[in-house]
Amino acid sequence: MHIVVCIKQVPDSAQIRVHPVTNTIMRQGVPAIVNPYDLFALEEALRLKDQFGGRVTVICMGPPQAEESLRKCISFGATDAILVTDRAFAGADTLATSYALAAAIRKIGEEQAVDLVFTGKQTIDGDTAQVGPGIAKRLGMNLLTYVSKIVEVDLDQRRLKVERRAEGGVQLLDTTLPSLITMLEGTNEMRFASLPDMLRAARFSVRRWSKDDAGIQDVSKIGLKGSPTVVSKVFGPTPRAEKADMLVVADTSVNDVALNLLGKMFTQFPQLEEDLVERLSA
Amino acid sequence: MNDAVKPAARPAGRAGRNLELPEHLKAYKGVWVFIEHDRGHVHQVSWELLGAARRLADTLGSQVAGVLLGGPDEKLDAFAQEAYTYGADLCYVVRDPVLAGYRNEPFTKGLTDLVNQYQPEIVLLGATTMGRDLAGSVATTLSTGLTADCTELNIDPATRALAATRPTFGGSLLCTIMTLAYRPQMATVRPRVMPMPRRDDSRTGHIVEGSLGMIETDIVTKLLEFIPDTTRNTINLPYADVIVAGGKGLKMQDNFRLVFDLARVLGAEVGATRPVVQAGWVEAERQVGQTGKTVRPKLYIAAGISGAIQHRVGMESADVIVAINTDPNAPIFDFAHYGIVGNALQVLPALTQAFRAHLDKRVRKVA
Repeated sequence: MHIVVCIKQVPDSAQIRVHPVTNTIMRQGVPAIVNPYDLFALEEALRLKDQFGGRVTVICMGPPQAEESLRKCISFGATDAILVTDRAFAGADTLATSYALAAAIRKIGEEQAVDLVFTGKQTIDGDTAQVGPGIAKRLGMNLLTYVSKIVEVDLDQRRLKVERRAEGGVQLLDTTLPSLITMLEGTNEMRFASLPDMLRAARFSVRRWSKDDAGIQDVSKIGLKGSPTVVSKVFGPTPRAEKADMLVVADTSVNDVALNLLGKMFTQFPQLEEDLVERLSA
Repeated sequence: MNDAVKPAARPAGRAGRNLELPEHLKAYKGVWVFIEHDRGHVHQVSWELLGAARRLADTLGSQVAGVLLGGPDEKLDAFAQEAYTYGADLCYVVRDPVLAGYRNEPFTKGLTDLVNQYQPEIVLLGATTMGRDLAGSVATTLSTGLTADCTELNIDPATRALAATRPTFGGSLLCTIMTLAYRPQMATVRPRVMPMPRRDDSRTGHIVEGSLGMIETDIVTKLLEFIPDTTRNTINLPYADVIVAGGKGLKMQDNFRLVFDLARVLGAEVGATRPVVQAGWVEAERQVGQTGKTVRPKLYIAAGISGAIQHRVGMESADVIVAINTDPNAPIFDFAHYGIVGNALQVLPALTQAFRAHLDKRVRKVA
């Protein structure tokens, strides 16, 4: 079985700070990590490899530094890692990104046919959840988003059964290989890297593919040129016109602050008090 | 000298990027909303989107259309009637046995074919598991721009393009995104981001029937079963009227019970920030913010939450926001109505007691 896992290297958003005065993002020194949602995809792929044998190839589109994230995936047990990196990819939106990744996966398929592609549900920096569906459409693969459980894989019949999270319930879907799965978070727990895999990762030479290596000829489909969306403005949030009515615990006892809040709030918003009473009476 | 070789009036793009709308795409007119329904019910986000679509269409001087795809036994006509009352002028309806129950393949074909035939300028979908699955597929098939999880939709006065605003960089800044040279312009919006429009029963509209041209044997993926959520998923944050939420300022998982205590007294739902959910203090369903749920309660009490944009965009539409934080400069005080500067571990029990005493008295009087 050959599984491709798409990952992205993202800044650890928990550590991003916005400059309090200029309202610009301070990226310096923010550590880069594997998009946490992608690890659920990788773990699921590794489990299938444990069960059925075969290979897990991890690919990432990004700058040369993203090699570190791919190495991390090798340390968890991935077989191969390819960094798709080219200046021509710069400025890509989700449509251009799915074009480049789909081309690279097609190329990987020339080495060994791909049975399954995994992605995370979304990234933590873009949060779009659009690249997975985009890759599936471009490759003509069956798309299975928000998969919470892989119920059954039948390699002989080339069939696949999954549970997919929907609004208010779960869909049980049956489909064929090859398929693209975007894995829901919290569905599995990432294994610990084994010592042999860590040693292997340290020595591993991540393959680097340019756009030409990925078989991309039409540069109008990638990078900024291949991106229909245009970012017209980036800005910080505007404070509300009225400042918050501030109560400070240090000035008075905490119980007084609590009573004070109730008094002010229910005077200014009497309907809120009525609503609360009505809810509690029901 | 350089000016001579540059084409005239190139917009501020880079690398010879085309930012002009080609002539043949100028015919695209109208604002569409994909009306999401499942097992006999329309998702409320679709009505919320009709309200937004109405506003955009009125600005553009165009029409609002709902798109309804479903099985022959589903109440699509009734859904269309309801869509008119929320702002639709017409509905495109495709009825086919293969459209009973959502599947990516037939729905992608259904919506893509309608777009190609009737050429809307804007297509809006709810950012649900169905809407995102479909939007990403349709936008790729049509090779057009799609902006996810928008928090604001406007028409840019200069270009007449859809200006879609969403948080960026992990939710620390906002950005406005436009699709200038491609049509339709597509966007998804999460439930509760747009206000529910007022229902107007006097509004009417008409149906345009479409056909799918697909049979079951064309479709690889089979929907074997729908397993509805039982007790496991009873947390309904987006539509909760009162929410008490906690952040990392509560220091330890154990302290989160103070949030639950206050919530119990108020009959409230409990929310949390992303770091709290990532630390595993509470279930992922409780996360409020860009990567969690968007809420619009009457009262939102935020304890130990600093107010990063990621969180803010999920809750700033609350009618009344009370924020508790030790740091008087915490960003949450920029958009709260009431701020309490103090330790949430002390303030929460005091609030629980004060609310209990006050509300008990009132409830008894009512009874």
